[in-house]
Amino acid sequence: MEEHQEAGKESKVEKGCNPLCQPPPHSMIPSDAQSGSGPSSISADLPGDSSLWVEISDAVSERDKVKFTVQTKSCLPHFAQTEFSVVRQHEEFIWLHDAFVENEEYAGLIIPPAPPRPDFEASREKLQKLGEGDSCVTREEFAKMKQELEAEYLAIFKKTVAMHEVFLQRLAAHPTLRQDHNFSVFLEYGQDLRVRGKNRKELLGGFLRNIVKSADEALITGMSGLKEVDDFFEHERTFLLEYHIRIQDACLQADRVIHSHKSLAEGFNPISAALNSLGTQEVNQLKTSFFKLAELFERLRKLESRVVSDEDLKLSDLLRYYMRDSQAAKDLLYRRLRALADYENANKALDKARTRNREVRTAESHQQLCCQRFERLSDSAKQELMDFKSRRISSFRKNLIELAELELKHAKASTLLLRNTLVILKGEP
Amino acid sequence: MAAEREPPPLGDGKPTDFEELEEGEDLFTSTVSTLESSPSSPEPASLLAEDVSTNSNGPKPAEVVLDDDREDLFAEATEEVSLDSPEREPIPSSEPSPAVTPVTPTTLIAPRIESKSMSAPVIFDRSREEIEEEANGDVFDIEIGVSDPEKVGDGMNAYMAYRVTTKTSLSMFSKSEFSVKRRFSDFLGLHSKLASKYLHVGYIVPPAPEKSIVGMTKVKVGKEDSSSTEFVEKRRAALERYLQRTVKHPTLLQDPDLRQFLESSELPRAVNTQALSGAGILRMVNKAADAVNKMTIKMNESDAWFEEKQQQFENLDQQLRKLHASVEALVCHRKELSANTAAFAKSAAMLGNSEDHTALSRALSQLAEVEEKIDQLHQEQAFADFYMFSELLSDYIRLIAAVKGVFDHRMKCWQKWEDAQITLLKKRETEAKMMVANKPDKIQQAKNEIREWEAKVQQGERDFEQISKTIRKEVGRFEASIIILYFS
Repeated sequence: MEEHQEAGKESKVEKGCNPLCQPPPHSMIPSDAQSGSGPSSISADLPGDSSLWVEISDAVSERDKVKFTVQTKSCLPHFAQTEFSVVRQHEEFIWLHDAFVENEEYAGLIIPPAPPRPDFEASREKLQKLGEGDSCVTREEFAKMKQELEAEYLAIFKKTVAMHEVFLQRLAAHPTLRQDHNFSVFLEYGQDLRVRGKNRKELLGGFLRNIVKSADEALITGMSGLKEVDDFFEHERTFLLEYHIRIQDACLQADRVIHSHKSLAEGFNPISAALNSLGTQEVNQLKTSFFKLAELFERLRKLESRVVSDEDLKLSDLLRYYMRDSQAAKDLLYRRLRALADYENANKALDKARTRNREVRTAESHQQLCCQRFERLSDSAKQELMDFKSRRISSFRKNLIELAELELKHAKASTLLLRNTLVILKGEP
Repeated sequence: MAAEREPPPLGDGKPTDFEELEEGEDLFTSTVSTLESSPSSPEPASLLAEDVSTNSNGPKPAEVVLDDDREDLFAEATEEVSLDSPEREPIPSSEPSPAVTPVTPTTLIAPRIESKSMSAPVIFDRSREEIEEEANGDVFDIEIGVSDPEKVGDGMNAYMAYRVTTKTSLSMFSKSEFSVKRRFSDFLGLHSKLASKYLHVGYIVPPAPEKSIVGMTKVKVGKEDSSSTEFVEKRRAALERYLQRTVKHPTLLQDPDLRQFLESSELPRAVNTQALSGAGILRMVNKAADAVNKMTIKMNESDAWFEEKQQQFENLDQQLRKLHASVEALVCHRKELSANTAAFAKSAAMLGNSEDHTALSRALSQLAEVEEKIDQLHQEQAFADFYMFSELLSDYIRLIAAVKGVFDHRMKCWQKWEDAQITLLKKRETEAKMMVANKPDKIQQAKNEIREWEAKVQQGERDFEQISKTIRKEVGRFEASIIILYFS
């Protein structure tokens, strides 16, 4: 457990020196100086606006919780100070997200997807296994593996911080969402929000709600009576459905690729170690050759793992984020459809009321309400969807370009390395 | 020390010596090469330029030679090599401290050992020399290829026939290019013949590829899938490497069996290599007996070089095995990676299709194409890794096992030698007793027996020394070839 805190402290230090997040957005360009750093690269082109700037300046990992320090700089009137920071935990983020989702007013907006739960299980297990001690592993190998594990832990840590940050920043950037009261509470309230994680009943409730929702969706779309009045939405709907499925699939495959690539890179390690020990055995010219080879494999491994992590960051994370985002967009569409269905129902009710000539007023007002709601939803939905599209395109472009450049760079480095080693090895008689 | 030397026992010593010279002169084609200063020997370097002819063919008994004998040898050799004969003179006298001074087990053999130790460094250096020459000059101009695996026959009697093509400029073959069809059991038969002839004398006979019942059955049954083609390809490559290694060995190359294998169009079917057969079971029994023997024989290792080398080989073996395992894992991962990349490529293509923004769509489909290419690359890399690296390693592991086998034979030889000595001792005692008891005929018999056992002792010693010498040479050659092959 000390290691966790150590890693946490390390991350503190690092956070101080390389700002992972976007600088105060006077520059309208989300700058992403470091290759492989986080949030702005995923949701690029956030509308810059200096009135509210949020960042996660710090994060500490204890036992099984991660505490984020959220810092805000703002000149908006409803905040008490211009600069303040609070400590928040993952559950509180989730609470904020749910608050948004459940809020009727934001039904017409794409709610930024909630950040995933920080998951250190895998590396924690590995660390434990390593700690238990493996007698067949030499000391150097052990030290190397420990180093790798720590690096991996650090990487996961950074990623989860980035995800949380993106969530907050999108909220801050969105003109409507940022004004939400819950949001300001989240940012400002100094003490513990005392948000408990969902207990089992609520989880179950959530689960059931999901089922109901999807059934409902199926029903609505299946209903022959409900016709989409707007071509734009029709088109968007089909697109989104298909897109979501495909991106899910792509994300899965990308994960698999990354996983096997990682094990490939790690596979270089034992080879290097074995060559090293072979080198210590031999006494003649073969010795230097073996050492050179061992070094080669070691370097190759480092290169490969860098490639892997870049791929992971640029491609896999991108796909994953947009998978979630497209899910959110789908949710929006669903809500709109729901509103449309309600509207239609209200129309029918009104007609019925008119024929029966009873409760016309209530029916009318209800129908008016529905109509307004529907219109409102449609408008904002349109806007949101266009935003979504442009956001998606630019972020894909950015990430893919960066990915290509990085791969090129690494490929060049590794060819250079291989060529040099060949020269050296051939040079010896 | 130089003075006291017993005359070598008559008999085998001289004649074979000269025979060999003649043969050697025929084949000796390489020029004198540059000399490597041998680390151990104080001998003048010129000696090393000496000729290889005495060492090149067949089982070479390590002569316990006298001064005169050696000078005779050298005298003959001067025809071949342009060396100053006067330089040869100092050699007999410069005996002082041979590099390898074995500890003599019994006083009886003490003088012999010393003389042998004299000759040992000489021969050792000569053999080092030979390695140099072989490495530098391409003495053996012979190329072997194994190709065209064809399935012959059908059902459970089917087998794969491989075409063995030889291109050579050596005079001992009748043609310069020829090819024959062989099947796997033919290869195994060749190996067992060579092994039975040479292994107990100390040569490292390259091991043949292993039998694989599962693989062959798949091929026989006719399953046309990638695993069986891979298997055939693997086997073909392994057979080629086996033959190439065998012909690289100068002694084995001279063997008539090998020649017959390469040349004759029909070969008697080697049935005793079948998995289930009388011979097979006999082999297994022998192996078990050997294993037991190894545990019981406690050899008094008198030669530090051997002990060191044996230890080295043990270590090398272990490490190669580890390396091999990790390389196999690497190949496996790479194959997995290539499969996953292919899947991802497809997925990305579909994503590109569904994307309605044209530029992005195009970009995504290009990504898909690139990933496909990457997938191909990874596959190729995996194959290359496999054939070059992994198979090579497994070959070397088996070679090391063969080397260990040779070491074991040496041990057995030593054992025989010990036994012979003990018997000789006993016979001598009997003779002495007879002398005392004065029984003439028994004396005669005893004398005969003594002579017989002395001869055996001699033989044992010679074999022993031969093995030692050969092993040294082989080891040197073996070590040199590893790294070169990796990059080829």
